[in-house]
Amino acid sequence: MSIKSKALIRAEKLLPGNQDFTSITNDIAGVPEQKRTPIQWWLLFGLSLSLLSIFVGSVGFLIWEGTGIWGINNPVFWGWAIINFVWWVGIGHAGTLISAILHLFRQNWRNAINRFAETMTLFAVICALVFPGIHVGRIWVAYWFLPLPNQMGMWPNMRSPLIWDFFAVFTYFTVSLLFWYTGLIPDLATLRDRAKGLKKKVYGFFALGWRGGNRQWQHYELAYLVLAGISTPLVLSVHSVVSSDFATSVIPGWHTTIFPPYFVAGAIYSGFGMVMTLSIIARKVYNLGHIITVEHLDKMAQIMLLTGCMVGYAYSMEFFVAWYSGNPYESFAFVNRALGPYWWGYWAMIFCNVVVPQFFWFEKYRRHIPFLFITSILVNIGMWFERFVIVVITLHRDFMPGAWAMYNPTMWDVAIYLGTFGLFFTGFLLFLRFLPMVSIAEAKLVLPESDPHHGDSHE
Amino acid sequence: MNKYGVIAKFDNPQSLVHAAEQVRNEGFTKFDCHSPFPIHGMDEAMGLKRSKLGYVIGVMGLTGALFGFGLQTWIHSIEYPMNISGKPYFAYPAYAIITFELMVLFSAFGAVFGMMFFNRIPRFHHPVFYSEKFSDVSSDAFYVSIEVDDPKYNENNVIDFLKNIGGTEIEVLTDES
Repeated sequence: MSIKSKALIRAEKLLPGNQDFTSITNDIAGVPEQKRTPIQWWLLFGLSLSLLSIFVGSVGFLIWEGTGIWGINNPVFWGWAIINFVWWVGIGHAGTLISAILHLFRQNWRNAINRFAETMTLFAVICALVFPGIHVGRIWVAYWFLPLPNQMGMWPNMRSPLIWDFFAVFTYFTVSLLFWYTGLIPDLATLRDRAKGLKKKVYGFFALGWRGGNRQWQHYELAYLVLAGISTPLVLSVHSVVSSDFATSVIPGWHTTIFPPYFVAGAIYSGFGMVMTLSIIARKVYNLGHIITVEHLDKMAQIMLLTGCMVGYAYSMEFFVAWYSGNPYESFAFVNRALGPYWWGYWAMIFCNVVVPQFFWFEKYRRHIPFLFITSILVNIGMWFERFVIVVITLHRDFMPGAWAMYNPTMWDVAIYLGTFGLFFTGFLLFLRFLPMVSIAEAKLVLPESDPHHGDSHE
Repeated sequence: MNKYGVIAKFDNPQSLVHAAEQVRNEGFTKFDCHSPFPIHGMDEAMGLKRSKLGYVIGVMGLTGALFGFGLQTWIHSIEYPMNISGKPYFAYPAYAIITFELMVLFSAFGAVFGMMFFNRIPRFHHPVFYSEKFSDVSSDAFYVSIEVDDPKYNENNVIDFLKNIGGTEIEVLTDES
């Protein structure tokens, strides 16, 4: 009599139906091998390309005309550009959390969504990096960020959080790209072995001649484990450093020590929202409901509940500390968030980030796909408003009433923000079309047959 | 027409692990076990030593950290000491972040390129690719390969041995098809 362990029973739920190694390969590799691209893909791609053209046009005009076309003013020097930067880079964090941290914790359920999430990270970080790049105004000297020897003897100030941020986000992008590509090598070999003609050459080039021998897997697994190990502190450092752009200033409402953990929790929260949105769309369009199952969505909703409660705790703790500090400027900054002229931004944030995830206490809502889809979008709206609260509401009224002003975005702020969706989705859709959206090798590891002790009987 | 070796197919991860143990016990050294995914316990079954990649990554990480800290110290203490908001020239606590980031960056390069070095990839040409059936290894097949270079290699014996331990679809591969 063999007794099924709990882990195996759960594994069966993660891969329902009679699946084996062959069917997993066929299902996942079948998507990029499709002869006819689904009509939904073309519709989404057309929409993304239109948004991308808005992006190119508005960024072009920004470079031509200067940052004066934005709504930024004195005292709100950081408007939508920094909101969007923090928002996009935060979305990226869930990808690394899923691929690295859940890998270290041996959470095998991540194997169905990690490729997806890592790709989302890559394009989200590209969208994020655009904003500081164009915010410098004179984009042609953006390379001054780099510590390059030059005839002016000029160096970046390494003691400034802004340059830490540049190094952190740049490292984050590079490491995410390496991690993503390393995970892709065995799957590219699968595509190479199934393709013909030019496709075989292209996939084969990027597969680097992978042969799947254990002498290769041995080094590969260690490299993957180490990448996961170093990505974990890296991802925690990135948003902590982003938060120190704010926290090391003296502005009331920014100068707080709670910022780093609070930013990291919020980043993971919004990132899971985005993974949820994308995976619900992709499993629908490509009929992959048996690989990205309701079980996965349920688990993601649980993480969103956890991180949503963490940001909720941070919001209340900020208020408490503002009052408890006895600092009138600090207290004012927070009262102004909730009751000032931008009260709607604050309460939109509270509704989306604190109230909405409370439904995830109930299994019924965690498994209700239309509900999850709507909530995942609300979460991202809420997290955008969180950055709006932090950047705009804090800056528009600081110490002296004589220096206060209201902030209004212009159409160029909106156009560039919408345009980054074009950049993001164009990249993401091309990925869905040409590369396996689920890791083929890792999805097989969830099958009980992949365990060399499978079928051993315990008499 | 250089001979490369013999490949044999096995049914599943269990039989591949058993086969690996038997091939090792028989005294072969130049052999490999191919599978669509890494198999738990295969390193022990094949008698492989622990990967040395960790040392490469460690050295790279240390280099990155030293480079990051050295770069910042050199810029602000030696190359162009400049008073910015009264911060000290050698503000070592402020250097922690970039030191850390460069350590991670260098380690990641060490991990990926070190892995490629130890695995001898990219290598686009390999005799196993001449086998039509071997390409299933990236989907659902499990293969053992024993190379000609192995001191115990004797073609007929190897074929019989692989048959005895349960191998099927046995093929002798040559360097050119």
